[in-house]
Amino acid sequence: MGKRNAFDEIMGFSGAAPPRPALAALGEWLADTPEHELRRRQEAAETTFRQLGITFAVYGESEASERIIPFDIVPRVFLKSEWDRLSEGLVQRVEAINAFLDDIYGARRILDEGVLPADLVLGNDQFRPEIAGIRPPHGIAAHICGIDLVRTGPDEFFVLEDNARTPSGVSYMLENREAMLRLCPELFRELRVAAVDSYPDLLLETMKSVAPHGAGPTPRCVVLTPGHYNSAYYEHSFLADSMGVELVEGADLIVDDDVVWMRTIEGLVKVDVIYRRIDDDYLDPLVFRIDSALGVPGLIAAYAAGNVAIINAPGNGIADDKAIYSYMPEIVKFYNGAEAKLPNVETFRCREPSALTYVLENLPELVVKLVDGSGGYGMLVGPTASKAEIETFRAALIAEPQRYIAQPTLALSTVPTMADQGLAPRHVDFRPFVLSGSDGVRVVPGGLTRVALKEGSLVVNSSQGGGTKDSFVLMDDGASGSAQSQSADGQTQTMGSMSQNQGGAA
Amino acid sequence: MRLAIDHRTLYRFSAPQRRLVQMLRMTPQNHHDQTVASWRIDVDCDATMRDAHDGFGNATTMLYVAGPIDAIEISVTGEVVTSHSSGELHGTNEVFPAALFLRATAATRADPAIARFAEDTAGGRATTEALHRIAQSLHDRFAPDTSRPKPGLAAGDAFAYDTGTARDLAQIFLVAARHLGAPARYVSGYRLSDDAGLSTPHGWAEAFVAGVGWLGFDPSVGRSPDDNYVRVAVALDSTGAAAVAGARLGEADEVIEVDIGVSESQ
Repeated sequence: MGKRNAFDEIMGFSGAAPPRPALAALGEWLADTPEHELRRRQEAAETTFRQLGITFAVYGESEASERIIPFDIVPRVFLKSEWDRLSEGLVQRVEAINAFLDDIYGARRILDEGVLPADLVLGNDQFRPEIAGIRPPHGIAAHICGIDLVRTGPDEFFVLEDNARTPSGVSYMLENREAMLRLCPELFRELRVAAVDSYPDLLLETMKSVAPHGAGPTPRCVVLTPGHYNSAYYEHSFLADSMGVELVEGADLIVDDDVVWMRTIEGLVKVDVIYRRIDDDYLDPLVFRIDSALGVPGLIAAYAAGNVAIINAPGNGIADDKAIYSYMPEIVKFYNGAEAKLPNVETFRCREPSALTYVLENLPELVVKLVDGSGGYGMLVGPTASKAEIETFRAALIAEPQRYIAQPTLALSTVPTMADQGLAPRHVDFRPFVLSGSDGVRVVPGGLTRVALKEGSLVVNSSQGGGTKDSFVLMDDGASGSAQSQSADGQTQTMGSMSQNQGGAA
Repeated sequence: MRLAIDHRTLYRFSAPQRRLVQMLRMTPQNHHDQTVASWRIDVDCDATMRDAHDGFGNATTMLYVAGPIDAIEISVTGEVVTSHSSGELHGTNEVFPAALFLRATAATRADPAIARFAEDTAGGRATTEALHRIAQSLHDRFAPDTSRPKPGLAAGDAFAYDTGTARDLAQIFLVAARHLGAPARYVSGYRLSDDAGLSTPHGWAEAFVAGVGWLGFDPSVGRSPDDNYVRVAVALDSTGAAAVAGARLGEADEVIEVDIGVSESQ
């Protein structure tokens, strides 16, 4: 195979100036803004994040450390046409995920017809027999999906991972945009960027749309958090705040007569929709882990009775399991009738002997992952791994092949990123957020871009030294070629009612 | 046979509780060899109850009690007409393919000692005869322990003792059968027994043999369940099929008294 440069999303395949024609304005901005100025703005953004407390905990480190995720000032940009095609693929995939969940906890047609090996589902810990047979209100289980993608060319996207449980990171999408609007207002005059700040409203609409039928015209929605010790607590409170709904812990809710109630100073208030950020295992001690003090006893009974919507539904882990992932193209085809518009990364299932043989022979070129791992833990990146690391994985693969999948290392796209020596290309991935309500599936025009800050690194996880960037979705392809002169006060323009402006309130 | 069940569970709390929420799996369902003639669940205080089914298809009753409450008695009474088909089960409410019951749980994790025992006893294949040998062999190997089972004791740990409760022997059986490739599940229910002292809920096992179907095994007596048994709930382990899963609000110790009467009614 000929080695070709990674696609740089701003500079194109050449990786150097001139930038892609449609992004000439952004290229000029990069060239014209002094490096010290970019660094100053970046530091200002990170200071804000630290003050807000947008931190995460690094697991596996000796002292419990809270860090902010590094922020990079250079945005990544999607052209409108690229985004539109990507969105179609995302909608199709998320519709299939919902159809799969409805089927797998119901009739299990997909197993009867032999599309998926039955043992892959029935023997999978992520398939929760405890909630089988319960149909969520409106038949929707995956209300909020974060689909992790990588890109190798302008229209070449591959799904790396589906997240159908409690995908996090949306607060970064929103806070990164806020910071960019404040620190780089001139960019929003040069480029017509679709707004993301309506996300909380869309989320609330989605929640209300899936309220149980008896909930009445103004269903009560809440966000359920495990508490402030959780590493994503900032996001929980941020979302509750921006939606204008209560942030509750398990102890604030009770179930009586199969109905969920919230304790308030005015007495008990009926709850119709719960956006929970608590894992299934801890959701209801009567059904899942009996030692859980985080959950709500009786919640699953209320859910089974059809009296409350749980977002996302319990049991969704079976849809984003890495072993199931490799069958997603077949799953999409089974429910949608058409080929998947968004391809998977080629995946070798090590449970299959021929795949295992291939993987063992090609470990230095492959990425090997635990089927049930997440956050970049328990992962081998062959090309950057030491001999010893490769041998450790070889032994693990031979011992328990069914726990692993392997994928080729792709030439992941890069975006110019502020490094020690100045702007340099760094690999990125992308997590768009897809909302499914009773009125359809919506893709929010933006998402979370994660960037591997180490040169050449392909691991973007925040726990492994990754950072984030803002993700611009342009509202048209043809950027105006001529650079606009910047007005002194930076407040003079609006680019149409839908576009992002400095006020932030579209 | 016509069996009369009288199952009383009394909870006493050292301090009043603000709320009590319980899920009861205490209602048997009909199958070919079991017809529920009458059945009722009563509690001795103000409570709301809601009937439903759990994911395994077991009948459940949600019990909600608003406090303050310092004691509650749940009494279950009923009559069930039973027969038997030599251990074979027919007409049971099957909501999953049998293969689901190959799955291990925390209490029924694969265990090397049980695996060796299973292979030695069965000779490798999970035939009906081999499974009977396993049940018989467990019965012979362990002296009966009729005290309350230790909470959370896993099958692998229980296998190291020389006495075993019915629950522990059934869970060891599950691990052994699954090791041999036979789907196996825990059953909670009642058994008419000669020893008058027996007042704990009973538990046994069922295993699936290809070409035959689901079969019952009671390693605590070394035989298949017959018309002395009332089958109530099934799951992957004893916790999943437990008669009561409960939570209460308030700091306190609890004392539980269980009294089970199973008799032949005239």
